[in-house]
Amino acid sequence: MRHPDCDTPDDTPLVLVEKVRGAMRIAATCSQAAALGLNAGLALADARAQVPLLAVTDHDPAADLAWLERLADHCDRFTPLVAIEAPDALALDITGCAHLFGGEAPLLADVARFMARWSDDVRLACGDTPEAAQALARFAPAGTSFESEDATLRRLPVAALRIEEETQTALIRAGLKTIGDLAMRPSAPLAARFGEDLVDSLDRLLGTADSRITPRRAAPALRFERRFAEPIGRTEAAMAAIGELAEEAAVVLEQRGMGGRRFIARFFRSDGRTYDLATESSLPMRDPDVLMRLLNERLAALADPVDPGFGFDMIRLAVPRIEPLTPAQLQLEGGCVADEAMAELVDRLSTRLGRGAIRRFEPRDSHVPEQAALTLPAVDLPAPAAWDAPQQGEPPARPIHLFDPPQPIEVIAEVPDGPPHRFRWRRSQHHVVRFEGPERIAAQWWKHAPGKSPGLTRDYYRVEDARGRRFWIFRHGLYETEKPDPRWYVHGLFA
Amino acid sequence: MSRADSLESLKTRIAGIERARAVEAAVLAGTGHAGIDAALGGGLARGRVHEVFAAQAEDAGCAAGFVAGLALRLGLRLDGTLVWLREIQAEKQGGRLHAPGLVEIGLDPARVIIGVLPDPQAVLRAAADVVRCPEVGVAVIELWREPRLLDLTASRRLALAAETSGVTVIALRIAASPSPSAAQTRWQVSAAASAPMEANAPGYPAWRVELLRQRGRPSGGDWRVEWNREQACFANADTASDCGPDAGGFAAIAAAPSGAVLPFSAGRPVDAPPRLRHAG
Repeated sequence: MRHPDCDTPDDTPLVLVEKVRGAMRIAATCSQAAALGLNAGLALADARAQVPLLAVTDHDPAADLAWLERLADHCDRFTPLVAIEAPDALALDITGCAHLFGGEAPLLADVARFMARWSDDVRLACGDTPEAAQALARFAPAGTSFESEDATLRRLPVAALRIEEETQTALIRAGLKTIGDLAMRPSAPLAARFGEDLVDSLDRLLGTADSRITPRRAAPALRFERRFAEPIGRTEAAMAAIGELAEEAAVVLEQRGMGGRRFIARFFRSDGRTYDLATESSLPMRDPDVLMRLLNERLAALADPVDPGFGFDMIRLAVPRIEPLTPAQLQLEGGCVADEAMAELVDRLSTRLGRGAIRRFEPRDSHVPEQAALTLPAVDLPAPAAWDAPQQGEPPARPIHLFDPPQPIEVIAEVPDGPPHRFRWRRSQHHVVRFEGPERIAAQWWKHAPGKSPGLTRDYYRVEDARGRRFWIFRHGLYETEKPDPRWYVHGLFA
Repeated sequence: MSRADSLESLKTRIAGIERARAVEAAVLAGTGHAGIDAALGGGLARGRVHEVFAAQAEDAGCAAGFVAGLALRLGLRLDGTLVWLREIQAEKQGGRLHAPGLVEIGLDPARVIIGVLPDPQAVLRAAADVVRCPEVGVAVIELWREPRLLDLTASRRLALAAETSGVTVIALRIAASPSPSAAQTRWQVSAAASAPMEANAPGYPAWRVELLRQRGRPSGGDWRVEWNREQACFANADTASDCGPDAGGFAAIAAAPSGAVLPFSAGRPVDAPPRLRHAG
């Protein structure tokens, strides 16, 4: 496949080269170069000797893959199940999709027309299994009609099985040159002589064994589409169409008693580019107005704005995640309404600012202070958790601000295990007037392999300096038993 | 319609418009501290903006604790949600909010939503949304230094939104100096020595609180307050023993168990054994 940004004249043979063990070797060729007898693996010097007028570019597998990803995005318009078969193929599962295009042949023609925009060297085939389709696409001579798929498959060379080269050579030496030759023989002797893998690939190729593609994205639970005869050139109009789809979605969701937790609006531009607007909600929802508000938030917050270009010819609203949503009963105190209003606020802010920006606290059963509480995205965590009550009549034992990582300080302290007398933090000296401690917090020895050091014990002190500021500081390591000169850290600030 | 009639009808219409925006008598929430409540005329007004300045950047933790206490007094003891918006920078410099520490003040972390946002502009934009949502109990807007965006207009906008929705806004300002704003009250908080517990342990949270300004009432006032978690109220801390700066703190420690007192550096560990500074 010729890259669009490659600006060599069309009739010059093009090869992509990569360095293999110090020598430049051909990694891929265009069809003209292949016709001249240049193959992958040939040294560049040899190729130049054969064909002096040769366009050479560095092989960039990452760019190839990115290009394939873009094409896969475009193919999303034909079916939601698209898989990438690196390095150079796409597999589309069109089960149940072909009738939308009027059958397999019109669908194939549609794909061919669509792909012709990017490349003049696309080979397409339709098969009962992904392996069959690939074998037909790669090995069937151009112009083959697919009237009888099985017969065509049987005429293909054994290379279409995509098996190891040694096995291929062995098969050809044994006189088994085509798939048909193999299919006629009983499988047990074949397996005994050429290995179990050969029989497996043969079964998958001929459709006697079940085989599926692994799509890039799971099929959404629900999706709603609208195709336009004429591309629409304004984002507002596209959003209005999304609004109609949202209403359709609301009806279907209500019938099922479900609500969506995640919604993706996808715009298909007529030149093949796609844009996604994704939003999440902390409670299942189906109200089209709320959904549209969220999507508009997302649209406004996009770093790379949606550019209609020559217009969108298709839009889709997918609901990948649905959960039961029963009609809400209003409570007299309005508790339910308040919860919903808060959830909506959280959704709106998370959609605009990113899901990690708005968080809630979640307790964790850990005695290591920095792991005792997590902050998780609020959209993920609708149910509030219970926290341990503090000890009655005691001043706070944990700081309100926690430094992660703890900040190193210079300390003058009593050895071996006395309290700090004064410490220097952020260029100012603090004299300790009151202290309490130590509160000893051991490392998590049970999480480490036996024999390995589990880490250092921390001795925490609550201290107050002469100006009344309260700090939570600790000595990292027991003096002399664990470390000759333990370091000290400020871990938090008390109110 | 005569001229006088039309004037009259215009006047009633204007009065109607003005009443919609007029300051209704705010619900006051007592702080529990007699002196402060007397100065405020009963307590802190709900549905208004209150500014709390940390006297110095090092007082960030103290000010956060004071704000948590105020939020509890403003009705969060019973119901409602606290939304605390801060910058990522604050999270890095001043430490992140620690849920067990909030529990120690008496605030249930399950009712707290925190927003960690990239810059002051995002904080103010999010604040505008939060303050408009009447289901929010208290909104804390923590801003470091003096963002240009937080001018009189922005603060007036916040105050108006708060009056309409009834959300109480506490603007927590750190490393900033007080400037004109539409806030109902303005406070300055610094750390104060706590009343020591047994064995000279640090006591309950204590602050020196200064009322810099309030609308419609005489300003001024300087109190030392202590937080009582069990009753969720501020109390007078003047009974606590005063400890001036650089007071003989060492005297208290000098009586502590003896042992050598050594310096520990924050940098790389020194190879040589540390020199003995003082033998107790």
